[in-house]
Parts: sequence; C-alpha cells; structure tokens
Amino acid sequence: MSTGEAHKPPPYMLVWFGLFALTIVEVYYATVTSIPKIWLAIGLMAMAFYKAYLVAVYYMHLKWEPKRLWLLVASPIPLIMILIFVVLNEIFVP
Amino acid sequence: MTTQAMTAGRAPMPGMKVYNLKLGMWIFLLSEVMFFTGLIGSYVILRFAHPEQFAEPGQVLNINLTAFNTFLLICSSVTMVKAYAAIQQGDQQGLKNWLLATIVIGASFVGVQVYEYIALAGEGFVPMADAYHAVGRHMPHDGPAIGGQLYGSTFYTMTGFHGTHVSIGVLCLCFTYWRAAKGAYTADSLGGVEIMGLYWHFVDLVWIILFTIVYLI
Repeated sequence: MSTGEAHKPPPYMLVWFGLFALTIVEVYYATVTSIPKIWLAIGLMAMAFYKAYLVAVYYMHLKWEPKRLWLLVASPIPLIMILIFVVLNEIFVP
Repeated sequence: MTTQAMTAGRAPMPGMKVYNLKLGMWIFLLSEVMFFTGLIGSYVILRFAHPEQFAEPGQVLNINLTAFNTFLLICSSVTMVKAYAAIQQGDQQGLKNWLLATIVIGASFVGVQVYEYIALAGEGFVPMADAYHAVGRHMPHDGPAIGGQLYGSTFYTMTGFHGTHVSIGVLCLCFTYWRAAKGAYTADSLGGVEIMGLYWHFVDLVWIILFTIVYLI
C-alpha cells in the first residue's frame, strides 16, 4: 500500500463487523451484567483497546507500514503510561 | 512505487520510508493522542478523587443513543476506507460515492451529538450545574440530586473537543470531495485521500475510547 508493495486486499468489512459486534458486547456487558466495578472496567477497556487496535492496524494501514513508523506511533505510549501512573499516584498515595 | 507516484509527491523519503505528507499527519496525530490523553487523564483523576460528583452509567447519559452514534462513526470509517480502496483501483466514481457517504454519516454523528446535548441540557445537565434534580432516565424527577460541577464540565469538555474534531473532519471531507469531483485524485496520486482517511480513522479511534470511559464505566 503506502510502501508500494502488493498485498491481499485488507478485510475491511470483516473488521467493520468485528467493531460492530464488540460495541454490542460492550453495551451489554456494561448495562446488563452485574459484575464488580473493577472487572467491568478492565473488561471494557480491554475491548475498547482491541477495537482501537483494529482501526489502527487495518483502517489506518499500520499493518503494511514500515517498522520505523510503528516505532514512531508507539512513542507516546511511555509518555501516556507515565501520565497515568503519576495521576494514579496522586489519587491513591496519601 | 511508480514514476507517476514519485512525481505526485508520494515518493518514500529516506529515514521513515513514508512520504512527507503522511509522516506529517502521523506526527500531528501523535500530538492529538497526547492532547486527548491529557483530557482523559484529568477525567480519571477527578472521578477517582471525587466519586460523589459523578453519576453511574445510564443515570444521566443515554447509552443507547450514544451506542447508535458509535455505530455511525464505525460505519463512516468503513466508507472512508472504501473510498481509499476505490481510488487505489482508479475508480473515480466509487471514490466520490464513498466520500459522500462518509460526509453524510459524519454529519449525522454531529447531528446526534447536538441532539444529545440539547436533550441533556433540557434535563438540567449543563456544564456548571451543581446537581441534577431533573435527570429522569432511571431516576424520578423529584429524586435525589446526582453529580456535581465536575461531571458536567469533564463530560462536555471531552465530548465537545471530540465533536469539534469530527466537525472539522466533515469540513475537510467536503473539501476532499470537491477535489475528487474535479478529478484531482488518481490511482497514482491519492495522498490527499489517504491523509484524510488517517485523520478520520483517528477520530473514530478516539471515540471508541471515549465512549467506553465516559458512557460505560
């Protein structure tokens, strides 16, 4: 694609169906089931990040991009982790 | 990479091995990641620190309506990527059709969000309201007050900024459609469509995270 290399057509409709199905599961999981809040949050965030991964890899075509671009895209992740842990530290450490 | 693509400004640059326009868009999107992370991080710390100011999911916000809006945005992502696939095959009419579908669905998303805001404001859920006696989704109108200023402020800030991004995206899509109608894009010169697609999918990606954090947890 962007690299000019030939590859199989990406499964766009399959990814769309996956995103749609996961959204329904998320709403059901959040509204119908009655499980502890922490497990609810972990499950929902896992599904949300998987959906975000599908969008980035297939719709934004990261799957076919050079590895160097992957590194660039991953660069904010340590910064995000630092921000989250500093924020959580503010909340939980007296 | 064909010679025509080289001359159309899509030659991969040494180093990152992608063309400059795309690299620039990715760097812009990474700055946007940090922007939204800041907003979400603020929401998380405020919600943990002041849980009494936040309502449970479904008490104030209409989950079913927003789930439908999420579905709209997911559909707009697939129409956008179909537009890109069409022009890769040199299908000018397909590009225009899929772009038009993306514009319509994207504008619908904004319309539903405006409707949601109007409905919430009508129920008393405005950014700086102290508490919401008028909420009625699962609570009687004369029931106990829910939430505080932090809930409204963070909700409207996060969803408002995202809605602004979608609105800007719809305007950019209109510009892309106008250029497509003039025949500006071909199978060898499709950088504008690809860059537009990257922005649009990013907006979808952010909403996937926001929907979960703001509406479901």
